[in-house]
Parts: sequence; C-alpha cells; structure tokens
Amino acid sequence: MGFLDISNATKSYGSLEVLHKVDIQVEEGEFLVLVGPSGCGKSTLLNMIAGLEEITTGEIAIKGTAMNGVHPSKRNIAMVFQSYALYPNMTVGENITFGLEMHGVPKPEREKAKAQVAKLLQIEQLLDRKPGQLSGGQRQRVAMGRALVRDPDVFLFDEPLSNLDAKLRVDMRTEIKKLHQELGTTIVYVTHDQIEALTLSTRIAVMNGGYVQQLGTPKEIYDTPANLFVATFMGSPSMNLVPVRIVEQGGGLAAETFNAAGETVYLPFSAPSAELRSYAGQTITLGFRPEAFTDPGGADRDAGNIVELDSEVVVTEPAGSDTFVMTVLGGTECNARMRADVQVRPGDVTRFALNMDKAVVFDPKTEKRIP
Amino acid sequence: MSVASSDTAVRTGRITRTFLYLVLLLFALFYLLPFGVMLVNSVKPLEEITGGNMLALPQTLTLQPWFEAWATAQIGVEPTGLHPYFWNSIKMVVPAVAISTILGALNGYVLTKWRFKYDTLIFGFMLFACFIPFQIVLIPMARMLGLSGLAGSTAGLVLVHVIFGLGFTTLYFKNYYQVFPTELIRAAQIDGAGFFRIFQRILLPSSGPIIVVSVIWQFTNIWNDFLFGASFADLDSQPMTVALNNLVQSSTGVKQYNVHFAGAILAALPTLIVYIVAGRYFVRGLMAGSVKG
Ligand SMILES: Nc1ncnc2c1ncn2[C@@H]1O[C@H](COP(=O)(O)OP(=O)(O)OP(=O)(O)O)[C@@H](O)[C@H]1O
Ligand SMILES: [Mg+2]
Repeated sequence: MGFLDISNATKSYGSLEVLHKVDIQVEEGEFLVLVGPSGCGKSTLLNMIAGLEEITTGEIAIKGTAMNGVHPSKRNIAMVFQSYALYPNMTVGENITFGLEMHGVPKPEREKAKAQVAKLLQIEQLLDRKPGQLSGGQRQRVAMGRALVRDPDVFLFDEPLSNLDAKLRVDMRTEIKKLHQELGTTIVYVTHDQIEALTLSTRIAVMNGGYVQQLGTPKEIYDTPANLFVATFMGSPSMNLVPVRIVEQGGGLAAETFNAAGETVYLPFSAPSAELRSYAGQTITLGFRPEAFTDPGGADRDAGNIVELDSEVVVTEPAGSDTFVMTVLGGTECNARMRADVQVRPGDVTRFALNMDKAVVFDPKTEKRIP
Repeated sequence: MSVASSDTAVRTGRITRTFLYLVLLLFALFYLLPFGVMLVNSVKPLEEITGGNMLALPQTLTLQPWFEAWATAQIGVEPTGLHPYFWNSIKMVVPAVAISTILGALNGYVLTKWRFKYDTLIFGFMLFACFIPFQIVLIPMARMLGLSGLAGSTAGLVLVHVIFGLGFTTLYFKNYYQVFPTELIRAAQIDGAGFFRIFQRILLPSSGPIIVVSVIWQFTNIWNDFLFGASFADLDSQPMTVALNNLVQSSTGVKQYNVHFAGAILAALPTLIVYIVAGRYFVRGLMAGSVKG
C-alpha cells in the first residue's frame, strides 16, 4: 500500500465515463506526473484526489484513509491551479495565510509560517502587494507559497507552468524540481508537456482517452513504451515507426524493409524474444528514436548491435547542437539525429547507423509493444 | 475603462465635432427643461404663476412652497405635508433594496458556482419577475398579504418589492459571477472556507460594481413605484409617490402649483442624489459582465 492509493477509480458524468478504472500507487516523496493530450482526464483525476470532483466508483486513499466523500479541506492536500487562482482582493500575504486562518491557526503562527515560506520562495518584498500587481512568474511563486504554507501530505499541481513564457517555464521547472528535492514532498503534477513530464517526474502516468496507457519511470516510458500511443506522445522529435517484415536470418531474426531507393535492407535483432519469433513472416512496426539513428561516426560506441545502411537524404534540418536528417525507410519518413557538422545535402545517398539495441517493436493490430 | 474608450474612439474632424456637441447640447437642454421649469416655479409666489408666464424667472424668491410641501400642505385629510411619507418611503426602500441585493447576490452565487439539477429552469422562473405585468399579480398579492397579516404595513411593501426585484438582482449577479473564475472558489474550498465564508471573503469584495448597479436599479424602481404603494399601503405606510398624488389631487380651492412643484422635486430628489453619487459606477458595472478584465 502506498502513500496515495488510487484503486479502480472511475469517473462518469451521467452515462459518459471519462475515466476508466485508474489504478495508481504513489509512494511518499514521489513526484508523479500525469501527462496526456487535452481532454484525456488528467484534471479530472487530480480534482478527484483533491475532492473537487466526486469519485464515481473505486477508492482514493491518502495515508491509508479512504478519502471518498471527505471535504477538500480535510484531506490535507494543497493545490496549485493553472490560473494560479490568487484571491484578487487580498494581498499576497493574506493569500498565503488564508488557508491557515480558515483552519483556525492562531495569528502569530500564521505570521511565522508566512515569513518562512516567503523566504523560501524569495517573495518577501511582494507580501503587501495585490496579485494584480505581480508578473506571471511572481504569481506562480505566490501560488506555490500558498500551497507550501499548509505543509500538506500531497501537493497537487494542475498545469502550473502553462501560462508562462518559454524561458520562465524552464526556470520555474528547475525551481520546482529543486523544491521537491529539498522538501521531499509527495507531488502529483498534471501537464500536457512531455518534456516537463520527463524532466520533473520520478514516475509518469501517460493517459489517453480516460485510460492510463503506461505507468513507469521516465526511462521506462521513454525506452520501452507500452504501446504506439506512448511511443509517439513521449519524446520530441517523436519516435520513428517503420513497417517491417520479420524474417529468419542465419539462425537469428531480422527486420526486412527497404530504403529510399527501394533496395532491401536487413536489420538483425541481437537477442529476439520467443514472442517476437512467433511473428516470423508477419509485418510489424519497428520503432526507434532519432538519437538511435545517426551517422556512423556519431553512433553510440557502447552499443552492441549497430546496423549500418545507405539511404537517400530527403531534408536536412540543422538545429544548432544537432542536425536532423530525414530519409525514407519502408515508405515512411524517418528522422535521424546526426552530429551538428555532418556534411550531407538533400539528394545525397549517405550512410546511416541504427542502434538496434534501442529499437522496439509493436504489433500493428493491438498497437502493443512486443516484449 | 475611460482610457480604453478614448483610445478606440473614432477620430472626427472639427466641423463634425462642433455639430455633435451642438446636437448633444440641444438634447441636454431638452431633458433639463422640465426640471428647470419645476425648479423655477417652486420658488415663486403663487400669484406670479397664475398671473403670468410659467417660463419667466421669479421676481420674488421664496422658499415658502418648499416648506409648505414638506411640513404643512394638505395630504388627503391631514395637513402634515409630505415629510411623514418621505420617511415611509425611506423605511420601505432601504430594507427592500438591501434585502433584494443580498438575496440576488446569493442567488447569483449559487446559480453559477453551486450548480444543481434544474438550476437553469429555476432561474428561468425567477426571470418571470422581470417581465410579468404587475397588474396581473395585484389581486393575488393582496390576498397573500392579507393572509400573512402584512396587509397595509411597510413590511408588506418591502416583501412585495423584494419579490419583484429579485428577478433583476439575480440576473445582474448571475451574469457578473458567470465570468468569476471557478478556480478561485475551488482554491478557497481547499483552503477550508465554507459556503458563506467564500461568499463573504472572496466574492463580495470583488462585487463592488455590480452591487452599485443593483442598488441604483432597485432604489430607483422602488422609490418611484406608485402601483404597489397605492394598492397595498395604509395611511401610515403610504410612500412618497402616493402622497404626492394626494397632494396634487386633494388641494381644495386654488391649485397651489408652486407647492406641487416643490413636492415633486422633493419626491425625485433621492433618486437624483443616488445617480449623482453612484452613477458613474453604474455603466462600469453594467459593462463588467460583458467585457473581461
Ligand atoms: N462537467 C462535465 N460534464 C461532462 N464531461 C466533462 C465534464 N468535465 C469534463 N468533462 C470531460 O471529461 C474529459 C476529461 O476532462 P479533463 O478536464 O480532465 O481533461 P484534461 O486532461 O485536464 O485536459 P486539458 O489538458 O485540456 O486540461 C473531457 O473529455 C471532458 O470533455
Ligand atoms: Mg486540465
């Protein structure tokens, strides 16, 4: 049993079920990120943890106590909203202490807690201002201060950075991560930004259409996505997906496909599973990330199974630190991440190196990963 | 808001501008003329009115008509002047405005932030109060007041005005709170504030403009009401408007026009004052629902 237990929780509006049997255990001190496209039910799940939405069936428990029907203020949670939701008529200081006041904390203690939080977030000089007189980043800090001051069991964040400009978003992201490392609090964090999810979390729940598609560490989610949705949603640029035929080759297995010129290419697997063997002769989907598909000189020296192949370059996109090179494999465009100063031009036939250790395969019918 | 509107105002040439001002001035005169006539004649002795030109300025200034209208004129059978009825109106208007505004605010709060099944239907019914012709409800209302023992009392009038004002005040507050961010309510809930605490600490402090709208609207309507006052009030609860009518109707012998004019101005004065004091918030508040921020 975890610190925060979501067991078989569903949510329906009338006859419409928007969350289907969600099962997540969060340990104390974990940073769980709920990520998924718009409308997948992230906010709904977060609001159910907060008590702002009822749980239709199933159970949500915090520290072993079922929270179904418990009022939001009695759950010992704190929430940071996308719009920050600062009370416009109160000063920053009053915003921070309002919750304590409502919980009957005496004034001297409130002042002390306020001073501590203000120091931690470096907003001491803002305490007497109204929210309307703050910049976006400052409002964000105040909203976090209001959550921190309560010293809750669980912090809930609903897309807290989506209203900030790109640079500030990155800064605040780092700051939230630092804060989590310093305070060791349990956090559930909603975002639709997969980079935020990968950088902040200790674990990620990827959601789509009201289902949790995969729950795992950022590395598990990135390297071994459970299905095609997770594979394409996480990572930028997204994973290359190529239709290949599984063929027997010299006692092992290989993926057979063709390059831009239509020449057949064989991509041998180093240690195919029994499961994959049963697909021999069938067409499946091979997935590999752009960084596993490079120029031979830039390939990972520690990798055991690098396959080199020639193909025609369609487009090049220099991106400063790298150059992205597009080619066609199996009839689909593939993105290769090469070193910044490679000399390739569109129309050239060049040599690519594919790290088959990092490749994953999917059953195109079930869209699930073949282990 | 004034800054924004002058920024977006269409630029006009000097001639058009002069023309515009002339037309506006003309309209202003047109509206002010009746009031001017009343004012001028209320400070004349009666002979100057009966003997000559209504529009002429007074030759002798006198405040006697004002004094008479306030303190000694014949209202119905009693020579009390209008002042007891002025207080009757105040005693009716203040609670009726306060109660209907507070209830309207609560209704708006519930209808936007604590939605329940069939809430739009209930709101639809409440809107009937805005559009129903009052003549239709006179007799049932008289019966209700009689049954509840409030017939002829100030409390009865307050009740009637609250009921008929509620539709408008609810509409105002509902529109205003519709754009009030629900996340604020949720944040306050998590902070541990209850239904009334959220209303009092979060919503009301941000409701200034719409409260002004509601108060002006209700004050003007209730103060100027004649129908309910004439139908449901006793001698000792009659409002100013009914008394003014009695003053004008009941003078025996010579019609004292100067006193009538003074009385009419006295009856209109409170609404005028409310407009002058709070009027500029009125437009701002009416706009608040439609324009964000
Ligand atoms: N009151 C409601 N009645 C009916 N359906 C609702 C209601 N509230 C939300 N939904 C539906 O529930 C689903 C999940 O909504 P939710 O707000 O949780 O999405 P989200 O993942 O947070 O999306 P976003 O990234 O856009 O915030 C959506 O399909 C939405 O249409
Ligand atoms: Mg959301």
